[in-house]
Amino acid sequence: MNDQRNKTPQLIILSGKGGTGKTSISAGLVHLWHQQNSTGRLTVVDADVDAANLNLLLNSETLAKHEFWSSSCAQIDPENCAGCGDCIAVCRYDAIFSDSPEAVTRRVDPIACDGCAACVYACGRKAIRMISQLDGHWLHSRGDYGMLFHAELLPGKENSGKLVSLIKQKAQKWAEVVNSPLMIIDGPPGIGCPVISACSGTDLALLITEPGLAGLHDLQRIYATLKHFKIPAILCINKADLYPQGTLELESYAQHESIKLVTKIPFDPNVHQAVRAGMPLTAYAPTSAAAQSVITIMDEVLRWMASRA
Amino acid sequence: MQIAITSGKGGTGKTTVATSLSKSLAGTRNVYYIDCDVEAPNGHLFLKPKIEFQADAVIQIPSIDQAICSVCGRCVEICQFHALAKTPQEILVFPELCHGCGSCTWNCKTNAIQEIENPIGTIESGVTAEGILFSQGILKISSPMPTPIIRQLRKCPTLSEDTIVILDSPPGASCSVVETLRGCDYAILVTESTPFGIHDLYQILGILQDLRICAGVIINRYDGNSVELEQILAEKNIPVLLTIPFDPLIAAGIAAGGTLIDILPDTKQIFLEMVAQIEMSLRVTQ
Repeated sequence: MNDQRNKTPQLIILSGKGGTGKTSISAGLVHLWHQQNSTGRLTVVDADVDAANLNLLLNSETLAKHEFWSSSCAQIDPENCAGCGDCIAVCRYDAIFSDSPEAVTRRVDPIACDGCAACVYACGRKAIRMISQLDGHWLHSRGDYGMLFHAELLPGKENSGKLVSLIKQKAQKWAEVVNSPLMIIDGPPGIGCPVISACSGTDLALLITEPGLAGLHDLQRIYATLKHFKIPAILCINKADLYPQGTLELESYAQHESIKLVTKIPFDPNVHQAVRAGMPLTAYAPTSAAAQSVITIMDEVLRWMASRA
Repeated sequence: MQIAITSGKGGTGKTTVATSLSKSLAGTRNVYYIDCDVEAPNGHLFLKPKIEFQADAVIQIPSIDQAICSVCGRCVEICQFHALAKTPQEILVFPELCHGCGSCTWNCKTNAIQEIENPIGTIESGVTAEGILFSQGILKISSPMPTPIIRQLRKCPTLSEDTIVILDSPPGASCSVVETLRGCDYAILVTESTPFGIHDLYQILGILQDLRICAGVIINRYDGNSVELEQILAEKNIPVLLTIPFDPLIAAGIAAGGTLIDILPDTKQIFLEMVAQIEMSLRVTQ
């Protein structure tokens, strides 16, 4: 129980749909925290490991880069392969093939291989073994506004969920050591494996959506996912004035589900320009309409933290 | 011909391009649109198909007959995904970790394992008013694994030779994107000219290189300033197929469920010319 009380609270930013502004808002919150509470050591995690962009706004300096070895891939020893085809028969991923109809030995397509090792056990000549794969790197960086834990999945690799779990674990350890008051997690899009890993252990989700049929549809799916894992959520509608009818529909959905709507962010070209400048919006254009909305979100986060204490 | 629409970064306009392209081609070509973004499938909102077929997307997971099982633990050793665990009394199965490879079943010495179907989502097919064949996968809430659904979706029905298959890809650059891109003839990368768009585009280019797929780029929400992006693309010999300006009218039209050709009818011709250009470039490289 004691552990639970001392655990750093975790806020995750999610959306379902991609490109709704998760990273811009995350960077704004990180910057505001630093501005308002420069002694508190924030823990920041970028959990979108196959499109990790938060670092581009936080201007951080990498302290350490570690290899992430996780998946494995079958390899057939051509000297030993008799071409019986038993491996092909068990492979459900169509990953084993012959170079030509005349070729005796088989080969593995590393891109198709799922790493299940069924072929290894099926091969009577023990000609197949599993080779570990470097799937990416995880990094720990000191930014202008706090410690950032992030990762780079190598293109096309698997186990993004495991990589997310790993950086969250590392972040949590650091948070404990420095008694960090808050962890902010910039989440991945979608509702699958990396999202589920990123959500694990979080205390509040800030959902960023945008008006329109797609925004609403994906909001419903991410909210259902959060409900399944019993994670409370608050909502923010980005670019709310671009399609007012859609904003009304989102508001009515939020009301129906009793999700607190924290703020509506108007479309603001400063958001785009801040990304181009590589700065958090709240630092780039502190008086802009969108930055004011991020301040409203920060106030809500602070209230939530106070209510937990 | 199979064309994948992908991006790396989310929300750059993949579905907008994929649905607009499908609608542009309908009437002159046979078109089959597949929504491979099974975590957030939105193509149906724009193409409004009449769904005629629905089936569970399943993977085969082990079911252990405890009466026969000798609890030897061989299956636990074999499983690469930690989906099985051994207690002193029995073997436990964790369906959400299982990849459905079948290895434990074949290697059980007492034949105590049978495979049962575990639904991880739904597959739906139908046809739109314009005659576009439509399929989508929908990942079940709380199910972590999109890739097997995409694999199932990609097992296309028999199509006429001249059919253009448009695959609407998930965002990111992990295994689900690879599953979408495998076997495609061409990839259209929809990006925006920001540091985010460029960073994530690099990830996709890595995959395309491994898969040896040719690509062209559509710059969306074009603000007239894409020098850095265009330099990178020129170095990599990737053509810019089209630029789409940022326009609040387009944004509102899409939000309301429109495609580009509903909002700006002239774009139909532009998309048709783009496909002709792609087909020509593929013939040259073949």
